[in-house]
Order: sequence, then C-alpha cells, then structure tokens
Amino acid sequence: MIVGDHLTKRYPGGFEALRDLSLEIARGEMIFLIGHSGAGKTTLLKLIGAIERPTSGSLVVNGQNLFALRKKALPYLRRNLGQVFQDQKLLFDRSVLENVLLPLDIIGLPLREAQRRARAALDKVGLLEREKARPITLSGGEQQRLAIARAVVNRPAILLADEPTANLDLKAARQVLDLFVAFNRVGVTVLISTHEPPEIPEHTTRCVILDHGRLAS
Amino acid sequence: MKTWLRQHRVAFSRALVRLWRAPLNTLLSLLVIGVAMTLPAAGDLFLENVQSLGKNAHQGQQLSLFMDIEAPADVTRETRKRLAERLPGQWRFVSRQEALEQMQSSDGMAEIFASLPHNPLPDAFIIEPAQATPEDLERMRADLAQLPGVAHAQLDSAWIERFHAFLALGRRIVDLLALVFAAGLIAVTFNTIRLQVLAQADEIEVARFIGATDAFIRRPFCYSGILQGGLGGLMAGILLMAGVSLLEESAARLSALYGSHFVLKGPSLARFLLLPAVGAALGWLGAQLSVSLALRQMETTPQ
Ligand SMILES: Nc1ncnc2c1ncn2[C@@H]1O[C@H](COP(=O)(O)OP(=O)(O)O)[C@@H](O)[C@H]1O
Ligand SMILES: [Mg+2]
Repeated sequence: MIVGDHLTKRYPGGFEALRDLSLEIARGEMIFLIGHSGAGKTTLLKLIGAIERPTSGSLVVNGQNLFALRKKALPYLRRNLGQVFQDQKLLFDRSVLENVLLPLDIIGLPLREAQRRARAALDKVGLLEREKARPITLSGGEQQRLAIARAVVNRPAILLADEPTANLDLKAARQVLDLFVAFNRVGVTVLISTHEPPEIPEHTTRCVILDHGRLAS
Repeated sequence: MKTWLRQHRVAFSRALVRLWRAPLNTLLSLLVIGVAMTLPAAGDLFLENVQSLGKNAHQGQQLSLFMDIEAPADVTRETRKRLAERLPGQWRFVSRQEALEQMQSSDGMAEIFASLPHNPLPDAFIIEPAQATPEDLERMRADLAQLPGVAHAQLDSAWIERFHAFLALGRRIVDLLALVFAAGLIAVTFNTIRLQVLAQADEIEVARFIGATDAFIRRPFCYSGILQGGLGGLMAGILLMAGVSLLEESAARLSALYGSHFVLKGPSLARFLLLPAVGAALGWLGAQLSVSLALRQMETTPQ
C-alpha cells in the first residue's frame, strides 16, 4: 500500500528532516508512528500525502510512484487519501456540514448526494446534531472528529492522521482512537502519528518509532 | 460533462454570492470599472456622431468637370453619355449658355459679363456623388478628367479631407484611450481578485491538500472577474445612455439653431452589449492572471 525506499527529505536551508528511511505498510494495517517533537513525523506524513516531495529515495503510494508522478496528477492521488492534519485546517467561516462537503465538492458530486454522504460521515463521528454549528463552537475533541469526518467522507483507502490525540483529554482521545479502529476494521489502512504513546489500542498492528529522521527499532 | 457543468454553475453562484456579501466593495469596483469604460465608449460615440454629421455634409460635396471651350458638341454629347452610364442621376449638365445667364443675373457680375465680347464660360458637368470618402472622390476626379473633351476636373474637398483627418486623429485617441483603460481594468480586477485569493488562502491550501485541482480553485475567482467586468461594462453602458439623454436636448436645440436635423445618437444595441462583453473578457483575463500568480506563490509542493 505504501512503500518508502531510502527516503530523505532535506528542507530548503539544508535541514534533513528524514534520513534514509525505508518503510513498508501493507493494506489494512493500523500503524502508530511514534517520535519526539521534531523527529520528522509530520514530514513523513506530508511525503505520503504528496504535499512535500522527497529529496531522494522512492515512495510508492497506492501503486503510484510519487517521484514519477506529474504535478497535474497530484490532486487525483490526494483524493484517495484521507488526511487529518496536525493543525486540522478546518474552515472556521463555514458550518460543520460545509467543512465535510468540501472534499465532495472538489470531486464534483451532486449536492444532494454529497449532503447525504457528508451527513453519514458526521453521523459516524457523532457530530450529526452539530451540522449547522460553526467549528469554532466545538470542543477540541469534536473539532478533531470533524477533521476525521472530512478525511473519510471520500472513502479513502488510506487514512493519515498527524497527532490526532494531542491536546485532547483521555476520554476525547479514546473516542478519536476508537474511530480509527472502526475505520481500520472496514479495511482502511491507517497511519497515526503521536509524540507521546497514548493508550495504544490492542487492535494496532505495529508501532514505528522515529528518531531524528531515522527509524529506530 | 454534467459534473463539469455543475461545477461551473456552483462556481458561478459562489462568485455571485461573494459580490453580494460585500456590497460596498462591489459597488465601488463596479463604479471604477464603469467609469473607466465609459470614457473610451463616450469618445467612440462622439466620433460616431461627428461622423454622421460629416455624412450629412457629404451631400454637398461637388466635383466639377469643365469642358474645353472649343470642344465640339458631339464630344460633349459623348461625355454626357458616358456619365449617364457611370453615375446615373448623380450629375447635371450646365451649358455655357446657362452658366452665362446665371452669372448675368447675379449682382455685381452682371455688368462685367454684359461687357464681354463673347461667352468665356465652358460647358460644365456638376457631379454630386451619393456617398464617397475623400479617397473615392480623388480617384473619381482623376478618372473623369480622362473623359473626352474635359479640360479640367475640380474637386473642392479640402475641408472634407481636414474633417476626415480630424476624425482619424480622434479615432487614434479613442483607441489609445481604450487600450489604456483596458489595461487599467485588468489591473483593477487583478488587484481585487488578488485580495480575494489572499483572504481565502487557508481555504485554498486545504482544498489543495485534499485534492482540488488548480482549475477548481481558479474557477470561482474567474467568475468573480467575469461578473465584475461584465457588470462594470453594463454600468458603463448605463452611464453612457444617461449622458446621451442629458445632452440630447441641448444638442437638438443647438442643431436647430443651425437649421440642421442632426440628432445626437445613443449607442446601438450592439455597441451597448459590447461593453459588458468586453468588460467580462477583460475581467476574466485579470482574474486568470491574478489567481495563477497567487497560486504559484502559494505553491507548497516544490517541483
Ligand atoms: N518547511 C520546513 N522548513 C524547514 N524545516 C522544517 C520544515 N518543516 C519541518 N522542518 C524541520 O524538520 C524537522 C522535523 O519536523 P516535523 O516533521 O514537523 O517533526 P514532527 O512532526 O515529528 O514534530 C523539525 O526540526 C523542523 O524544524
Ligand atoms: Mg508534527
């Protein structure tokens, strides 16, 4: 599903956030990516999400070699990924429902069908009653669940979540992790990053530890 | 195809909503664009009116063919026949006898002509072409001078040439003005759209991260530009009509004083519609340039 081979990411300025990292993730896995702050978790997720490009090495996601992909093809690749960003990137001038509609709008789904799907996604994360609310009025846990709803509304094969439990209390964190487990159960490959190992659900297939841009075993 | 249409419709209504939500801004930009487009359009209309004034005057323009005094009658007859073929109904013949009588009946000239031993005037043809530009007339003059027995062909069109030169200069000025204001309109649109794009930078970033194509992102902004330019053009058309109706009466009064039937003409429907069309096209161009540049600057994926 995801195969990274000798990945190196050097940011402009010369800082090497990832060094010679090789990683293989099979379909249906649920993986925790654990590392200290600055270890390179976000960088790795951005590479997989085709938001940043590796400086060297190869990366195949969903059967597509990101290095060889033309720029025009990137949007279509991203549509097959669900991404929960570290800073969530919710749109605060739109309602909860409209936030979830955005990915469907992008693929040009008719409004009625899009609303049906968006509501189904909101229902899964327990936010259906809040569909008209502004994201700013939601609690931290609810905002995170909204971000998850937006990430999965397109029914992606891969779900990437960058520190989705940071800043959440234990209960909210558990709710969020339960959601990931549920999606993984129906076949979604899930990759979750975290800087402090939370209660890792039993369901998890693997933990990968990242240290200063390298994999630690 | 259906998806494509729907996405365009959605983008269009988004752009409309955006204009609607900031009524003051919208009104101001429309006014700026409207005024900017009114100026060259008014210049154009002015030239058009002056031109039609000139067309009325054209009816007075004459070409005189003076025959050789010694020309025998059959040569004159031949010339007459040829003119009848070439310019039916646009000329009259003034025989030397008629000309003399005319002179003798006019004040001051009578004595002079009465004292002459014989008639010094030639036969003449007075030609009044229905419609002709100065170039046409000049060509016609050179041509007719070749007719048998013609001694001299004279065209009194210096003022018409000057008039046309003035019109040509005016046309140049209006074209230049149009060019300058078109550039201004593109710049205005560029700027307003840029502000809109920057105001939505977050949204654009998210949309990109979750798979929006650049075309998808560009679309609503392009419609904003099209709407803004088109409505600005419409406003220019309305301003122009208002201006015409304000001036109509005084123009009519003025021309009545000169015994003319000149009527100040407003823009034709085609001209009127041209304004929003051109405005929309320029708005689209400005928006396209603006979004493309902004998107390039916001580019997160290095290539
Ligand atoms: N755009 C960037 N430009 C330069 N350096 C960056 C950039 N993004 C991240 N870094 C650096 O790369 C390192 C890894 O960052 P990141 O992947 O965000 O770590 P993590 O998510 O594990 O905290 C950090 O030291 C950070 O300062
Ligand atoms: Mg991070």
